[in-house]
Amino acid sequence: MHIPDGYLGPGTCGLFYLIMLPIWTAASRIVKKTLNSRQVPLLAIGAAFSFVIMMFNVPIPGGTTGHAVGGVLVAILLGPWLACIAITVALVIQALLFGDGGITAIGANCFNMAFILPFCGYYIYKAISYKSPVDSRRRVIAAGVAGYIALNIAAGVTGVMFGIQPLLYKTASGAALYCPYGLNVALPVMLGEHLLIFGWVEAIVTALVVKYLQKHSPELLLEGRKS
Amino acid sequence: MKIISKLWIFIGVLIVLSPLGLLLPDHFKAGSAWGEWGAEEMKELVGYIPKGLEKLSSLWSAPIPDYAFKGWEEKPLSSLSIAYIFSAAIGVFVCAGAVFILGKLLSKKE
Repeated sequence: MHIPDGYLGPGTCGLFYLIMLPIWTAASRIVKKTLNSRQVPLLAIGAAFSFVIMMFNVPIPGGTTGHAVGGVLVAILLGPWLACIAITVALVIQALLFGDGGITAIGANCFNMAFILPFCGYYIYKAISYKSPVDSRRRVIAAGVAGYIALNIAAGVTGVMFGIQPLLYKTASGAALYCPYGLNVALPVMLGEHLLIFGWVEAIVTALVVKYLQKHSPELLLEGRKS
Repeated sequence: MKIISKLWIFIGVLIVLSPLGLLLPDHFKAGSAWGEWGAEEMKELVGYIPKGLEKLSSLWSAPIPDYAFKGWEEKPLSSLSIAYIFSAAIGVFVCAGAVFILGKLLSKKE
């Protein structure tokens, strides 16, 4: 889901930087208000977790690869705003140090994976778990469902970003300037592969860790309600 | 043991296991992620390299491109796996460091 440099035109790249700017500002403001120094180690683990889980490329045999983002789990534990910051840190480091995701696409990639994903995931988790007790099975299921749906929404938005490029940018002769695949290909492929495989990876990772924390550190699952 | 230490151990285990993200796709003959092809791959797929893509794709030269050391493209998978673990460790370290600095700047003092 890491859009590289050259797949999105300058207008699209600029637009998503512009959209992310107020989100990043709001996130740091909210974090400033709510974060206490006790949470910083957990935030560091969140960023590190998201970074490393994205390295686990899962293959579709003979096809493409994809991966979980871990962002829904971070959002459940720290709230969506802190998760936005943690995932942004991971994505920026992936782009700068490892060339995973483009420099020009950091705004777009953060919009998908550091904004859409944790926010969708967090509110789906909250809605499904509702007032169920922290150690309930319902919360494990809520975590899994939230992971699955949120990753797929993010993948769908990524597909739309790819898919509108041929409409927006082409040469006089009609050749694509950036991503050459239109919505009719990009959207079904991005959605399809995540619905089929990668969404389940996010679901399983999220649900398993929540289940583990229920047993070993249930207080972490309570704290996510704040901030 | 405190949960924070346990979670760090969990991250450490993930770092060591990270080459799975390299070996499994290789074993199942899976290629790049969709939409993350290099310029050459793109040429094979659609017959040409879109002009804008060609220009922008070489914009940034990352120090550890694709979680492998520069010039290691032809190395065997075993070497690439070592580089992958190394990259995971560096990434985790830098992520955690960046968050601690950010956290220092942002968090309330208690």
